[in-house]
Amino acid sequence: MEAKIGFRNTKSVIFKGIVVFFAFVITLPLIIVLIYIIKQGITQVNWHFLTNVPAPVGEKGGGILNALWGSFLMVMVAAVVAIPVGMAAGIYLSENPRTKLAYYSGLCVDILQGVPSIVVGIVVYFWIVKPLGTFSALSGSLALAIMMLPIVIRSTEQTLRLLPDSLKEAALSLGVPYHRVILKVIVPCGFAGILSGITLSIARVIGETAPLLFTAFGNPYLSSSLTKPMESLPHLIFTYATSPYDDWHNLAWGASFILLMFVLILNIVTKVITRKWKIQL
Amino acid sequence: MENTIVKAENYNSYFGDNHVVKDVNISINKNEVIAVMGPSGCGKTTFLRGINRMHELIPGATSKGKILLDGQNVYDMNAIYVRAKIGMVFQRPNPFPNLSIYENVVAGYLLNGIKVSKADKDVIVERSLTSAALWKEVKDSLHKKGTFLSGGQQQRLCIARAIAMQPELILFDEPTSALDPISTSSVEQLFHELKANYTLIIVTHNMQQAARVSDRTAFFYMGELVEFDDTKQMFTNPADQRTQNYITGRFS
Repeated sequence: MEAKIGFRNTKSVIFKGIVVFFAFVITLPLIIVLIYIIKQGITQVNWHFLTNVPAPVGEKGGGILNALWGSFLMVMVAAVVAIPVGMAAGIYLSENPRTKLAYYSGLCVDILQGVPSIVVGIVVYFWIVKPLGTFSALSGSLALAIMMLPIVIRSTEQTLRLLPDSLKEAALSLGVPYHRVILKVIVPCGFAGILSGITLSIARVIGETAPLLFTAFGNPYLSSSLTKPMESLPHLIFTYATSPYDDWHNLAWGASFILLMFVLILNIVTKVITRKWKIQL
Repeated sequence: MENTIVKAENYNSYFGDNHVVKDVNISINKNEVIAVMGPSGCGKTTFLRGINRMHELIPGATSKGKILLDGQNVYDMNAIYVRAKIGMVFQRPNPFPNLSIYENVVAGYLLNGIKVSKADKDVIVERSLTSAALWKEVKDSLHKKGTFLSGGQQQRLCIARAIAMQPELILFDEPTSALDPISTSSVEQLFHELKANYTLIIVTHNMQQAARVSDRTAFFYMGELVEFDDTKQMFTNPADQRTQNYITGRFS
């Protein structure tokens, strides 16, 4: 008996060791990627790099201003489309979880989340780019908005569902009409959760290349026109990294560094929001 | 009687096919404290929620019959208007966690978008909190979140929130069941003070509480209003055998 218990304890220790080991191992890929990109990219980044468009082959210098601006603009437009739509759908799903519509739209959200981003790109290409006859930033934004939707919807739904019914009853019993109950009580109480869903969805799409390949396409010049092709960070990285020129490779490294920093910061912001602004129930 | 504030006439409530409140007829006078007691599942809360039309918010819930508030059937009025006119306090304290104590008291105005000047709001807040016996405890922390208060204070804040809307009638749905004995006695004390200006209907499954706070008591059993009488009369000499069985603890 004694010996058996000793053996069992050893097994527990080994098991715990394995779990701890893998928990540590999964942090390695991120750390390695981070170190590598910082090493390659940080030397490229300076004021000139951030405030100039790419230089033609053979010329020194050049930057990524067009891609920075393009990514910013397209993600903003995508957010303007996806946030209200996603929040409305999320509110519906959390308020009416047992209806048929909720079942099917919930299912669609899950499937949409699994649709490969390149497929979203192709679909938007056939919907918008082909009929209009030109690549455009707007079509890129739409593709990104579609990618953002499921995250915004699910985070809104899950946040609001955690709020107790008593909160809604308190407001309703004061004679507050339903739409005001949702907009003035329920949504503000779930604000931190919804906002963190939004920042996460932005972090998710800011690095998407595939949906932009057939839509926003790319543009070596600074452009603010939503109906014209527009450059974006991931697309710039894709084009310049696959080019045969060393200067352009460096540009791609610098852009990768910037993009990675954005994603990192957005994720940290998300964590801070959830911690700081969470409303104590 | 002209003194009547609430009158139910053949009032019935249902959850789907489940008949929960059966043919209730009751007449409640102004400035009375009414206790509604009965075993769990007897329909007392459902009846209460029928008065300010909160019952119908539950999917599948319906009702039949009339509830007259000052002679007008609430089911012919706009539900939102009815709910604004009748105050309600719930089982668990439910202050709005995103609002300060001050904002919680005037929540009925804020959330309904009713414009009130700052000076008027100050008056409403002080008066309501004073009526709810909370003013002294919170007057220096009005702009802190309401959720930092203790359970009993939160419940009194919810009472202040209901009072702020100047209702004639306030419904209490087991208001002390989530509170400790000290908070409970402070809330019960409050009932006596509120009586001067309001009519109170208090659902409770605590007989002692019913006996302590109410003028008249209604006993519900299996969805029926079995007996409605002076509290003293009911506890000393109940007319119905079922009431007697309940009071003597033969079932609960």
